[in-house]
Amino acid sequence: MTGPGGGAPPAEATSEAAPAPGGGRRGAGPRSIASRLMENRWAGLAGLAVALLAPFVNASPYALSVMTSAAIFVMLAAGLNIVVGYCGLLDLGYIAFFAVGAYTSGVLSTRLGLPLVATLPAVLVVTVIAGLVIGAPTLRLRSDYLAIVTLGFGEIIRVTATNLDVTGGPSGIYGIPGLTEGPVSFYYLTVLVVAVAVIGAARLGRSRLGRAWRFVREDEDAAEAMGVHTYKVKMAAYVVGAIWGGLAGVLFAAHLSAVSPGSFTFLQSALVLMAVVLGGMGSIRGVVVGAVIVSLLPELLRDLADYRYVAFGVLLIIVMLVRPQGLWPARPKEVAK
Amino acid sequence: MNAPLLSVEGLRLAFGGVVAIDGLTFAVGEAEIVSVIGPNGAGKTSAFNCVTGFYRPTAGSVRLRGRDITGLRPSAVAALGVARTFQNLRLFGEMSVLDNVRAGTHLRIRQNVLDALLHTPRYRRSERESTEQAHHWLDFAGLRGDRYGPARALPYGEQRRVEIARALARRPDLLLLDEPAAGLNHTEKAEMLDLIRRIREQGVAIVLIEHDMGLVMDVSQRVVVLNFGREIADGPPDEVRRDPQVVEAYLGRDADEAEIEQARASVAGGRDGGA
Repeated sequence: MTGPGGGAPPAEATSEAAPAPGGGRRGAGPRSIASRLMENRWAGLAGLAVALLAPFVNASPYALSVMTSAAIFVMLAAGLNIVVGYCGLLDLGYIAFFAVGAYTSGVLSTRLGLPLVATLPAVLVVTVIAGLVIGAPTLRLRSDYLAIVTLGFGEIIRVTATNLDVTGGPSGIYGIPGLTEGPVSFYYLTVLVVAVAVIGAARLGRSRLGRAWRFVREDEDAAEAMGVHTYKVKMAAYVVGAIWGGLAGVLFAAHLSAVSPGSFTFLQSALVLMAVVLGGMGSIRGVVVGAVIVSLLPELLRDLADYRYVAFGVLLIIVMLVRPQGLWPARPKEVAK
Repeated sequence: MNAPLLSVEGLRLAFGGVVAIDGLTFAVGEAEIVSVIGPNGAGKTSAFNCVTGFYRPTAGSVRLRGRDITGLRPSAVAALGVARTFQNLRLFGEMSVLDNVRAGTHLRIRQNVLDALLHTPRYRRSERESTEQAHHWLDFAGLRGDRYGPARALPYGEQRRVEIARALARRPDLLLLDEPAAGLNHTEKAEMLDLIRRIREQGVAIVLIEHDMGLVMDVSQRVVVLNFGREIADGPPDEVRRDPQVVEAYLGRDADEAEIEQARASVAGGRDGGA
């Protein structure tokens, strides 16, 4: 089981690579920031190195598959973190965007015989549309109502996929072409894509738009009073989250070469949300760690057979009792000049 | 033809059968300080919310330099140069003090999503400008506490300064302050008075809701008095202070002469600071 174990830190690593550049340069003066930058860079590079070296420790098909899934899960968590962590919008149906991405690329590649890469523009367009269509009516609602309605949309997407012919009904689509030749190269490609996605999410989080997201999360009225069009800003969070989820869906389709409605249940939405909460909402580093734990722990507990999910649940409850703010929470402290 | 900076005409706000504001009319000129006073529940904050777009008035109009802004959403009103503070402090508590004030620069800094993703020179420049402005307005507001830590960690008086700095960073032409001196001690009140004067020197007009009569009489060019949603007086502080209706609103109809005298004395006493 060294494989999955070795896989854990790597994905986490990519996270640290992210905040470093964003956080460092944003503060102000060059000096003390440089030290912080270095500190973060080192941690990030170290983590990324572990991710890249993991296959040299264990490159069995099983280990590679688990690590690849973990990396894809990290990307999902980074996307949901934009919606829930930064913007404070509780989305219980996030997996819908994952499904939209996976199905769009799957259907186009199998029906039209396109390589997966060629489906990317269509995936982007469709996920953005899905984000707008789901977001437009729901984002006018506040907190609890939003949660319930997004949960409903998540189910609608899954049920629709189960009943349409073009999506292959309950059995789904199979024979989706891969993005690369072998599992090793696909693992590296996934790590690369996820690293870029995590860095991108962190950079957005520290930008003008990212601040606006957090203004909305902290106090919507005060944000409006400062000229932040809160509806547009929430929509932006939703659409960016949708794009991250959709692209993760393409990786998922390429990884398994098959998609079926069973992969997009409410449980999946809940697990991604769990990763975000466990790691620390709004903290990109924490969220990556959370995602790695949530995706790998059940694999590591495999020896417990049927009890592994019980053990998993108990561990999560303990963590939330001991550290309700998450394993690696976001700190509001800024780097001084 | 010179339209006043802000003109509110026949403003009426009703929640079902409850009338919060009943026919409020007043105007604010450029760089003028106008206070809105009245007993609790008189409709002062409701009037603020109507001007800034948080409430849609039932009737009447709000104009900014002659342009009708009635019913615009708050962010659109803010974009036209109106900033406000809130009665019960509305800071972004979990964010740094600097980030709070950067909110005021939101509409001024130019950067798009690609700039942010690629960290282009424009991104760096705009972030630097935003930070510099945040520091500038925190200096202006006289913040002494930690700017890099979360806003919620500051003492109450300091949080008030941050909220005003945030509003100033919006570079408004009109600033609405909702009880800026509430909960402040004597020294802090004096500093707030000074800050309000300095804001006006920047050419910003101010509408002030305040219960501290000393501060109100000292700083305002004009005072509007509300009672039960109705406007009962509008004029210079000296005039308003002598208005029998105003004294009655504050003390009740059956107040005897001695009490009225006392009230006059206390209201007049606030003038000692002398403008």
